[in-house]
Amino acid sequence: MSETQTTADVDSEPAETSDQQSFLSVFARTVRNDRLALVGTIGLGITIFVAVFGPFVLPHDPTATNLDQMNQAPSFVHPFGTDRYGRDILARVALGARTSLIVAFVGVAVAAGVGVTLGAIAGYYEGLLGEGIMRFADTIFSFPALLLALAMVAIMGQNWYNVIIAVGVVYWPIFARITRGSVLSVKDEEFVQAARSIGESDFRIIGSEILPNITAPIIVQGTISMAVAILLESALSFLGLGVPPPDPSWGRMLADSRQFMTHAPWWTIAPGLAIMFTVLNLNFVGDALRDALDPHQGDEMEATR
Amino acid sequence: MKRYVVKRIAQYVPVMFGVTLIAFLLINVAGGDPVRTMLGTEASEEQVQMIREDLGLDQPLYVRYFDWLGDVLSGDLGTSIMYGQPVSDLIVQTLPVTFWLAGGALLVSIFIGIPAGIVSATRRNTKFDSGATIAAYSGIAIPNFFLGILLILVFAEYLRVLPASGFVSPLADPIQGIRHLILPWIALGTAQAAIVMRYMRSSLLEVMDQQYVEVARSKGLVPALIQNKHSIMNALIPTVTIIGINLGYLLGGSIVIEEIFALPGFGRLALNGVLNRDFLILQGVLLVTAFLFTTVNFVVDILYTYLDPRIRYE
Amino acid sequence: MSHDRNVETARIETERDQSNPPQQLLDISDLSVTFPSQEGPVEAVTDVSLSIEPGETVGLVGESGSGKSVTAATILGLLEESARIDGSVEFDDQQLLTKTDDELREIRGDRISMIFQETGSSLNPVLTVGDQISETIRTHRSIPNEGISRLETSVLGNLLRSKSHPTNYERSWEQTVELFERVGIPAPEQRALEYPHEYSGGMKQRAMIAMAISCRPDLLIADEPTTALDVTIEAQILDLIDEVQAEFDTAVLFITHDMGVVNEICDRVAVMYAGRVVERAPTDELFAHPKHPYTQALLDSIPSLEGGQTLDPLAGQVPDPTDKPPGCPFGPRCPSATACCDARFPPEYPVTTADEPLPVREGGDDDVPSPRRNDPTGHAVHCVLYGSGDGLAPRRSPSDEDRQNADRGRPETDGGEP
Repeated sequence: MSETQTTADVDSEPAETSDQQSFLSVFARTVRNDRLALVGTIGLGITIFVAVFGPFVLPHDPTATNLDQMNQAPSFVHPFGTDRYGRDILARVALGARTSLIVAFVGVAVAAGVGVTLGAIAGYYEGLLGEGIMRFADTIFSFPALLLALAMVAIMGQNWYNVIIAVGVVYWPIFARITRGSVLSVKDEEFVQAARSIGESDFRIIGSEILPNITAPIIVQGTISMAVAILLESALSFLGLGVPPPDPSWGRMLADSRQFMTHAPWWTIAPGLAIMFTVLNLNFVGDALRDALDPHQGDEMEATR
Repeated sequence: MKRYVVKRIAQYVPVMFGVTLIAFLLINVAGGDPVRTMLGTEASEEQVQMIREDLGLDQPLYVRYFDWLGDVLSGDLGTSIMYGQPVSDLIVQTLPVTFWLAGGALLVSIFIGIPAGIVSATRRNTKFDSGATIAAYSGIAIPNFFLGILLILVFAEYLRVLPASGFVSPLADPIQGIRHLILPWIALGTAQAAIVMRYMRSSLLEVMDQQYVEVARSKGLVPALIQNKHSIMNALIPTVTIIGINLGYLLGGSIVIEEIFALPGFGRLALNGVLNRDFLILQGVLLVTAFLFTTVNFVVDILYTYLDPRIRYE
Repeated sequence: MSHDRNVETARIETERDQSNPPQQLLDISDLSVTFPSQEGPVEAVTDVSLSIEPGETVGLVGESGSGKSVTAATILGLLEESARIDGSVEFDDQQLLTKTDDELREIRGDRISMIFQETGSSLNPVLTVGDQISETIRTHRSIPNEGISRLETSVLGNLLRSKSHPTNYERSWEQTVELFERVGIPAPEQRALEYPHEYSGGMKQRAMIAMAISCRPDLLIADEPTTALDVTIEAQILDLIDEVQAEFDTAVLFITHDMGVVNEICDRVAVMYAGRVVERAPTDELFAHPKHPYTQALLDSIPSLEGGQTLDPLAGQVPDPTDKPPGCPFGPRCPSATACCDARFPPEYPVTTADEPLPVREGGDDDVPSPRRNDPTGHAVHCVLYGSGDGLAPRRSPSDEDRQNADRGRPETDGGEP
């Protein structure tokens, strides 16, 4: 069916291989062509802007209690209302964005660093070492993410570092799997064979020949993992084992608001929508990038939360 | 087939071994001195030392691990300090609640996710498809605890049609039992339904692009036969794996959902163990969830061979 | 399915009734297929006319992207709905293009069947090979309401692998086993119960042939059926197609890019380039006296057993379907192209004398007799070298020297060189 294929290909962009194009150009083209990607990028931009500048720009101090203004409904002065201490919810949601983004970004960076390293080793040395690493990954994977993260924070102590480490530990296996798969598929390519034949060391080959070829799927998975990590962080906070107070986080705001939810539902809804908004946009961007970089990869990745 | 099963067992056994190792090391090494943790900082050094010897904690780590593993294999997970009951008893008491919760949520995810995915794929780019895609994105993005709270707010607080909390066994009282479980099922199952739907959709779209589907059309088969025999069957096969993996999420999610809806289940036991630093409960819970997850996925993979002849005859 | 097409079709039909006796099994005339795309409509097939008599084998030859497979898919109505189809496809005096999918279904697999190129992906991997053949028989050769069962069309029935109507199922199964035997699959009873991945490539293609002939079709469309196979298997499959064709008196539309295969199996040949038929002739005539420069280049690229001069692979590429040249699509690659080739696609000229280009004739295109109307098996070519309505004769006739120059581009552009 070569003809139908040819005509079908006309619909898409001219075929290029992913290593020929820079990631930024793919990203730019994706945002241009895919409406969801555009929405996601703008939404993500808003979230990051609010997280970085919100606390400086917004008029209310997120920690200032004001007992005259307890549980106020959304108004012009307090667009998201106030909580039971009279604190401005918008200011607290903005500060919570910092917590969520930092935990998710650093945690996923840790996961990617560990996962890519171990995955590359497991792919390059397929024998006992590789099998051992992958069984270790399977072992981590067989604990529910939330339970393992809860256990780690509970046992090692509740602080920023341990929350981030928990995120890293929980999500490295998926990066290891992807990296290993990619390494296995490029390992026997000619350019790797060539590098080996001129006597380059294994370390150099993995670092300079193989890893540059797998950045695209790693970035895609990183984006999607960040979405999942934000959900995990907020669940940890909701259960009381996230980033410790007084640093505000969306999950704890939700937990604190529960007993007031009938007469101050905005207090519950604002952080909930903030989580949804961030996760939604991350998924938009991640999915669009995945489709642009490798339309055949399917939806396997997201089903790993 | 035989080779596949052997290969799968060869993966299963080391993973289960790894699970016990992690559960053991997490409590005994990562947490520092478990006795000190249990007794608190006020306990004197002599007291700590006495209990250490009592529990055999002065032995080398590997000796303790194998002792402990022997206990675990004989069903002894230790005694909870908080409840004063054997951990295994506590788990057996709470697991049925979680099975009701997770099992129902699993059914929700299958019976919403798969049909929605099929309709979405076969009516690609229609209003239904766009609507389902938006719903799926929202379903994946909404935190289950937020959804749970919203459901309580709407159905229990404002409309007052369903109870907000508590558990009644559907075996004892089917109507009340199910009424208590409807909201938790939706809260826990929504994200899974969204994932299953998206997976089924892309899987079916991929299959419908295959040449054997065009061959089936060229043979003059009726559309229902092409869709149900030649497309959906093939697309279901990879989706089955996702459903197995979702179980892990359901077990994790039950911690949050049982907390919100005050269901006396396994997840709540785990949370109480964590919050009260009753690490033997935590250890038991870790072991049992990982065992359930690994075993279910092992069984799913074996069942997979029934669906996919390529593996059956390998 | 627009009204325009019906009108257009009707016009062609009356025209044809006067000039052509309805002896053709398949008669495609002026078929054009256009796909929508982001860069605007893409015409994959342009004004293709082709006819097949009962029992005859017609080759449709061209590079990939030349529109061969789209033409085949159009016959069976397998194109996506967004495709725009103009012209006429008549099968056994029935217009296929206006038929609904339900009506076409009765023809597909029963009166016209198809073999595809990719043997690996033509069979459903999760169904037994026998099941996939017997279902065709159950669909087309069953007492009403006994063919495909409800259970077989339901997801649940397939999950449970249940087959109802056992007698009917068994009858179709017996026929399947007979077919397996006929196409030379050893141990047919056992093989029918096996899955595609247990078959070799050649065996899969034999099974596909069994599937295609299961209802004794009048026309078999073979879309590059041997391309994915190695040479010995290819010869066996070609022999098999030849055999079943003789036995069932089936006409074959054989789509290929391989002139060697054409020589072996086809009675007549139509050569396609960039969506157009550029030359048609009986096989022997075409091989003896190829006229169109593209045909000549294709023939030159056949590996010869004597060794000697090796193939000079055709330089250049099929034009981008979104950006076809306005004139002859082969112009940019043609060693003999002239200015008039860029201006328009030349009409079809009958080739009367075998060896010499036609003398330049007077008069317009309308005077050129169409060989399709007068002599359906004749030799005709769309090329200005063999007839000229507008007096723009080529400056040079194609010679071997020119053909060897082909990879350097058009003679005009490097004409300054010695």
